[in-house]
Amino acid sequence: MRLSEKYKDQIADILSRYPVRRSALLPLLCLAQQEEGYVSEAAMKEIAGILKLTPPQVYETVTFYTMLNLKPVGKFHIQVCKSLMCALVGSDTLLGWLRAKLGIKPGETTPDRMFTLSTVECLAACGAGPMMQINDDYYEKLTEEKVDRILADLKRDGTSPLKSGPFMLPEPVNSKG
Amino acid sequence: MAKHELILLKNMTSPGYTGSLADYERAGGYQALRKTLGKIAPADVTAIVVKSGLRGRGGAGFPTGIKWGFLPKDYQGPRYLCCNADESEPGTFKDRQLIERDPHQVIEGILLACYAIGAETAYIYIRGEFALGAAILERALSEAGAAGYIGRNILGTGVNIDVWIHRGAGAYICGEETALLESLEGKRGLPRVKPPFPATHGLYGKPTVVNNVETLANLPHILNRGAEWFASIGSPPKSTGTRIFCVSGHVRRPGNYEVPMGITFRELIFEHAGGMRSDKSLKAFIPGGASAPFLTPDHLDVKMDFESVAQAGSMLGSGGVTVMEEGTSMVWATLRLMEFFYHESCGKCTPCREGSSWLVQTMRRILAKRGRREDLETLTDLCQNIAGRTVCAFGDAEVAPVMSTLKYWRHEYEDLIREAESLGLSGVPELVLPAGRY
Repeated sequence: MRLSEKYKDQIADILSRYPVRRSALLPLLCLAQQEEGYVSEAAMKEIAGILKLTPPQVYETVTFYTMLNLKPVGKFHIQVCKSLMCALVGSDTLLGWLRAKLGIKPGETTPDRMFTLSTVECLAACGAGPMMQINDDYYEKLTEEKVDRILADLKRDGTSPLKSGPFMLPEPVNSKG
Repeated sequence: MAKHELILLKNMTSPGYTGSLADYERAGGYQALRKTLGKIAPADVTAIVVKSGLRGRGGAGFPTGIKWGFLPKDYQGPRYLCCNADESEPGTFKDRQLIERDPHQVIEGILLACYAIGAETAYIYIRGEFALGAAILERALSEAGAAGYIGRNILGTGVNIDVWIHRGAGAYICGEETALLESLEGKRGLPRVKPPFPATHGLYGKPTVVNNVETLANLPHILNRGAEWFASIGSPPKSTGTRIFCVSGHVRRPGNYEVPMGITFRELIFEHAGGMRSDKSLKAFIPGGASAPFLTPDHLDVKMDFESVAQAGSMLGSGGVTVMEEGTSMVWATLRLMEFFYHESCGKCTPCREGSSWLVQTMRRILAKRGRREDLETLTDLCQNIAGRTVCAFGDAEVAPVMSTLKYWRHEYEDLIREAESLGLSGVPELVLPAGRY
């Protein structure tokens, strides 16, 4: 279904927040990605129409932002932070576990289209590394056991209780680690 | 360890605090807004913030009240406030905690700043990856709206302020204030040439202030307790108040520590953060996020205020302190940061776009034991041709790690090159993965 039909109210609400239509571009691209898992050519053309932009104006913006996918990804997009702060505490090892467990390299998707693996730069979790983001959720202070549990949880339930809640570090003394 | 009063992290460290509107109000929240709106003239609010000595907590450390003062006084059209929540500087994770644990403190700060500069619209530009933070803020904004703190005729004072969340989509450069504005306008996040400054030509070409999350979170406290109180904390007159330092790397207790500015790195790392995680000693630390030059154990007694760190040849930047233990390869550490900067260079300026690629390639060659003697000269030459030759400070940031590690740990580069020579591999092309996202 076209975005402008399915998200009619939401699009009107987004547009009302800005005095200039083009400002709604990133929010609308987010909607498109939420709908299909990536930003398709059809969506870009439709958004260009809504915002009175040319398709190249939309495309040039999409290609600038790393969170916008230009091709489909798996049901779960695993993004491992490889920046220095996470690397100091073992992000290369974490990536090694994921490669072995999923049988894919960064940039690839499992044949069942369940998981896509990527490496990314800093996700602002530096004190709680090594870490990964899966779709909208952060998973921090990872160990091999935790990674196993998270992957099993996601396959079985589509979510995992090991995801991070509101960030607090160092954790309060009485909370569990 | 001396006991310091927590200001910004106080609420969230009290047991049972959820960050809800009810919790925030119970802790004295929105009192500053009640005391200020319609009771203190906007110009006087700015004067109070100037007097407090508050400086921006995002990286550059510019005095906040002075920045507000640059807005044209007689301009009749709209003005904007942008809360910079695009926290992406490697080593920094404080704004995330402020947003997720005490969102109303940030919102109250935003409202006070809007009032002071006469803005009726504020945008919170939050990095796209912070989905949880955006959801928490969204909920907090609707709570605050329902309670009459946001919207039309706030608290019956006739003041109107709307606050909207705008999510980014994964680009470090959008934390740079003019790139943030471009991105908010729906374009690629390319920094603008300054001048003109956002104060006169900002969002949609209108007068605009861009302030960091932590900067704004300080405002309710300054308005509640007075400029003199704030100015007496820390290392007056130029580094007043507390700062949240984010400690990461090889320490026992990484995390966010709010301390008065002016304590030493030794105290932060060895007392607050529990010291080194193993029996290895400290080899190097980054004092203020990936853009700040590395420092050595000789700098542990440097005071953590803007001036002292600058004197030591680095900067407090975004407040991210990363600690590395003995045994860490400085060439490897520098390469990791170079890969970050290469990936995140927006591509607008040739020295940064091309230079960051050359830095990565040269560093990779050295680390892969294929280095050549002239590589060190090439690195220095590259750095000198990037720094100061770009539209924004990104160019200076990306050369900082290279220049500082070449200064303090040059022998590590030389050892790797000597090894390449003894293996007969110096200058032999190595097989490397393509740079960037892999």
